Amino acid sequence: MKRTLTIFRGTKENGRYEDYEVEQQEGMVVLDAIHRIQAEQATDLACRWNCKAGKCGSCSAEINGKAKLTCMTRMDTLPDGPIRVGPVKTFPLQKDLVTDVSWNYRVKKRITPFTPKTYTPEEAKKGEFNMKQEDIDRVQEFRKCIECFLCQNVCHVLRDFPENKEVFDGPRYMIRLAELEMHPKDDADRIPYVKETSGVGHCNITRCCTEVCPENIVITDNGIIPLKERMSDRYYDPLRMIWRKLTGKS
Amino acid sequence: MAETRSSPAHPRGFFQTFRKDAWWSYPLFTVIVLGAFGVYSLWAAYTGIAGAEAFHYLDHGRDYLSPFYSPCITDACAEGPLAGTITGVTVVTPALFVMWMPLGLRATCYYYRKAYYRAFFASPVACSVDEPRKKYSGEAAFPFVLQNLHRYFLYLALLFPPFLLYDAWLAFQVNGSFAVTAVALVMLANALLLTGFTFGCHALRHWVGGRLNCFSCSNVAKGRYGLWRGVTWFNKHHGKWAWVSLVWVGLTDAYIRAVIHFGPSIDPILFGGA
Repeated sequence: MKRTLTIFRGTKENGRYEDYEVEQQEGMVVLDAIHRIQAEQATDLACRWNCKAGKCGSCSAEINGKAKLTCMTRMDTLPDGPIRVGPVKTFPLQKDLVTDVSWNYRVKKRITPFTPKTYTPEEAKKGEFNMKQEDIDRVQEFRKCIECFLCQNVCHVLRDFPENKEVFDGPRYMIRLAELEMHPKDDADRIPYVKETSGVGHCNITRCCTEVCPENIVITDNGIIPLKERMSDRYYDPLRMIWRKLTGKS
Repeated sequence: MAETRSSPAHPRGFFQTFRKDAWWSYPLFTVIVLGAFGVYSLWAAYTGIAGAEAFHYLDHGRDYLSPFYSPCITDACAEGPLAGTITGVTVVTPALFVMWMPLGLRATCYYYRKAYYRAFFASPVACSVDEPRKKYSGEAAFPFVLQNLHRYFLYLALLFPPFLLYDAWLAFQVNGSFAVTAVALVMLANALLLTGFTFGCHALRHWVGGRLNCFSCSNVAKGRYGLWRGVTWFNKHHGKWAWVSLVWVGLTDAYIRAVIHFGPSIDPILFGGA
């Protein structure tokens, strides 16, 4: 069966969608079709990819207007008619399907990295931390992130308001912060950063990030909301603030 | 250099998108259901000005109190554990004294925020659909920064499930004997649904254990881990609890009003009774 792919060609200054026809084969994913087009019809078509197994997070694009990994989107799951493939919107377009995602790496650098607590005497003998599975389950969920940045792309705070990149780190870095903050052996306090610099308050819990995550990380409920609650503990809960003043305990 | 919003690869303008699915169905559903509930609950509260006959059925040996008025704390109510706590107030509905607490919980609930931000504020109306504003600060600025007080509505709302369960228990008695009536079952389901919704609250999840970084470091922490897991179980389907409990509370009120209007013929006794 022939399928038409309507693919964006061009740069941010000048570009348009162009149609390409490919033979759809059993099990074919959108990235396969793009490679076929690259090989046979448009050798200068730019797209980023690496593992083709949904683990490197390179091939993010918008397929029929929805953010997806092209390597994990089977052609036969898409409705009949032309398949529109465009670049992700949130990051500056370089060419065709390729965008510049380097802003994300700059954000990551400004987050205080894992800051280990001092070993207990028992841990010092072994030279490693003792951790129970129940303490690390929450953190391990966030470690599944493949940094495809689909969540950053669909987050409307960044997607529709590019100027917010100055004040909001986006869902990918909310779960990075949650991962570090919830770590039982981490000693750093990032809650002031969470409020002031990461801008967690900009998130209005519309859950687009969770819906789009290819690793099924429950970004909003398990990462962002717990961070908001920790921020409320520190900055917005008057009773807790009085309690802290009186007792000195957090 | 500042990034520009326009790109030839993406449509620009209110409600513009390349999505081909029915992205409008969720906000439309929300507008209809939340809008209908809002109108109905205002009407249900307003009718209470006429007196307890409008919301409290005490006839044919039955005792059914509308959930919008539970617990009834004014002297408009002849019976109830807190009836008459507030006296001399006749110009406002008794619902005014209680309804704002569970409504406040819903209004600031993390699940409902998704629903109404999408449906009523179009921020955004659906994922990857363009929105109609030039600046956005979300819950970092007034008035939405006040959503951070959600936990206080939780503390107040935690008082309600026991009262609703007590009301359901009274509903299971006809002429002083145990009986299963249709309204009693509806009221019990309402109490359980509201309990399930309240126990899945994100603020409760944080309160009981989520704020800890180590669940195994003390016996207290281990106990809180158990509570956290329990709340997490409810929390996983918080949205479903939210919708079903919302619709059910309206249906419960409507059924009790129907019994007040049409009599017990529409409230069959399924089991027991004198």
